[in-house]
Amino acid sequence: MQNRIDQLFATKQNGVLNIYCTAGYPQLNDTLPVMTALQQHGADLIELGVPFSDPLADGPVIQDSGTQALKNGMSLHKLFEQLDGFRERIHVPVILMGYFNPVLVYGVEAFVKKCAEVGVDGVILPDLPKAEYEAEYKPIFEQYNVSLIFLVTPETSDERIRQLDSLSKGFLYAVSSSSTTGKDKDMSHQQAYFERLQQLKLKNPVLIGFGIKDKATFDTACRYTNGAIIGTAFIKALGEGRDIDATVRNFIGSIK
Amino acid sequence: MDIAIDTSKSRYQVDKNGYYGRFGGAYVPEMLFPNVDELQRRYMEVLSDPTFQQEFEALLRDYVGRPSPLYFAKRLSEKYKAKIFLKREDLNHTGAHKVNNTIGQILLAKRLGKKRIIAETGAGQHGVATATVCALMGMECVVYMGSIDIERQAPNVSRMKMLGATVVAATSGSQTLKDATNEAIRDWINNPVDTHYILGTAAGPHPYPDMVARLQSVISEEIRKQLLEKTGSELPDYVVACIGGGSNAAGAFFHYLDEEAVKLVAVEAGGKGVHSGHSAATTQLGKIGIIHAAKTLLMQTEDGQITEPYSISAGLDYPGIGPLHAHLYETGRARFLDATDDEALAAAYELCKLEGIIPAMESAHALAKLKDLPFNPDDVVVVCLSGRGDKDLNTYIRHMNK
Repeated sequence: MQNRIDQLFATKQNGVLNIYCTAGYPQLNDTLPVMTALQQHGADLIELGVPFSDPLADGPVIQDSGTQALKNGMSLHKLFEQLDGFRERIHVPVILMGYFNPVLVYGVEAFVKKCAEVGVDGVILPDLPKAEYEAEYKPIFEQYNVSLIFLVTPETSDERIRQLDSLSKGFLYAVSSSSTTGKDKDMSHQQAYFERLQQLKLKNPVLIGFGIKDKATFDTACRYTNGAIIGTAFIKALGEGRDIDATVRNFIGSIK
Repeated sequence: MDIAIDTSKSRYQVDKNGYYGRFGGAYVPEMLFPNVDELQRRYMEVLSDPTFQQEFEALLRDYVGRPSPLYFAKRLSEKYKAKIFLKREDLNHTGAHKVNNTIGQILLAKRLGKKRIIAETGAGQHGVATATVCALMGMECVVYMGSIDIERQAPNVSRMKMLGATVVAATSGSQTLKDATNEAIRDWINNPVDTHYILGTAAGPHPYPDMVARLQSVISEEIRKQLLEKTGSELPDYVVACIGGGSNAAGAFFHYLDEEAVKLVAVEAGGKGVHSGHSAATTQLGKIGIIHAAKTLLMQTEDGQITEPYSISAGLDYPGIGPLHAHLYETGRARFLDATDDEALAAAYELCKLEGIIPAMESAHALAKLKDLPFNPDDVVVVCLSGRGDKDLNTYIRHMNK
């Protein structure tokens, strides 16, 4: 079967909206209701954050959502329980984003196998280095047809962007500026970087993440690439909202 | 000076991929790749450069006050029935071994053209040592410190501020060294071009464990020369050091790693007892995983969440150990013991009474195990007295009145 991420980009090349939410947030059992609402109201892709005690690349908003989720009792085992059978209801591609330690402790092969079993299409592990992936884990991801998605940043050299693009499956995650999540750095200075990404003629679709928070920043990102990822702004809305469905509807309505 | 010595033949030193056995590596997000890659490519070239070594040596001599004495502790030796020498890192400028590393790294940062320095600190000794070298070189300095440590190491916070550093409280998680390190790494992600991160311990992504160990290796380089003068042999029977992340132990062990006759003893913080739920004894409580971008032993839950350690000593209150030490533990090259809070306090009072030296709470953990090691009367024992106890006076006074 073709990976759902590849299916998506085969039919839609522009304005792809990927929304990040933290598993088990705001309440432990909100994972599926949030995902259902995201699909219902027009998210093209869902990036599900696996909470970790020490999320080095995240700013305070996503850190706090992870801390809350852990307090709620979220864990990788719990998440796979929640995801058991979710493909009966949710058809958009789903990616797990998490730090490498919980995956290493779970067992990389057991984790990837479980992803394939429940119907997770891709994985982002920001602190799994390219060299270790190539040397130890690539065959596992390939065997189970689970896409590992790599990140690039404005500081990444052209040569390395090409290397990461050739390894990445599904899409390439372009971090908009050198920062932790939710930092709100000014994206207008990033034009040269976005143009550079365009000119490299990469094999993968490209989604821009970090600093995408509203219609204006989403539209800017979409001018240069296939779409964008929104995390912090959505987590904020989810934390403030009362009704999940209404919060998601209003949030996506303000972007699209 | 031997900081750039070729270690490629050693079983215990880092390999060309940045690993010690199965521990080490650089598990950094892509945002940090250029910085870490630059350090990996440049650090040995800089450390080997004769002008770097001259500058480093001159500052260690004239500014830090090296070589630090190797003191024969007569009354301590009588009590424990061995020949006990104290390597007096407590007499360094700023009061601990930490300054050896910060001098080296600031010289490196200058050569890499960096303008701004960040650091994490637990007990505040590394923060003070970083603030000091930044003042010396006229560079901006931001130090991250856990809120709890800011409170329990107040004198060091004042010292950092007086030296011109900005001290930022880390309020996440356990609000101690682990969280301060997270915040420093996040700062580095946000400032990737002009900033150098002076990591204070032999942990973190490659090349930090090796770089910090090399800069601290002056400790064992001096011990060898000093022992030769005092005993006729460069080799002691034991080298004993406390270990949190493991920088003073790495420095004290460095030039003895391949001398298998020398017994290496690392003492972790047992806290209120290894199985009390309030401990930082990583080798006993930890298993393999990734902390601060290194694959090593760390304390964590079944789900891979890093747990919050506990120790009376802010400098040892860390849920991991450096990858070199994880390898020394796994290969059996070093013996790992733990000392509880109470044992460390008793050892600190004892050193005051017997030798007139107030040790840092961290170093007191190493002293606390003298009672448990099976010495022969002729055994030569070197204890790395990594720091002085001025910063811990509040803690000492509070327990003295109990």
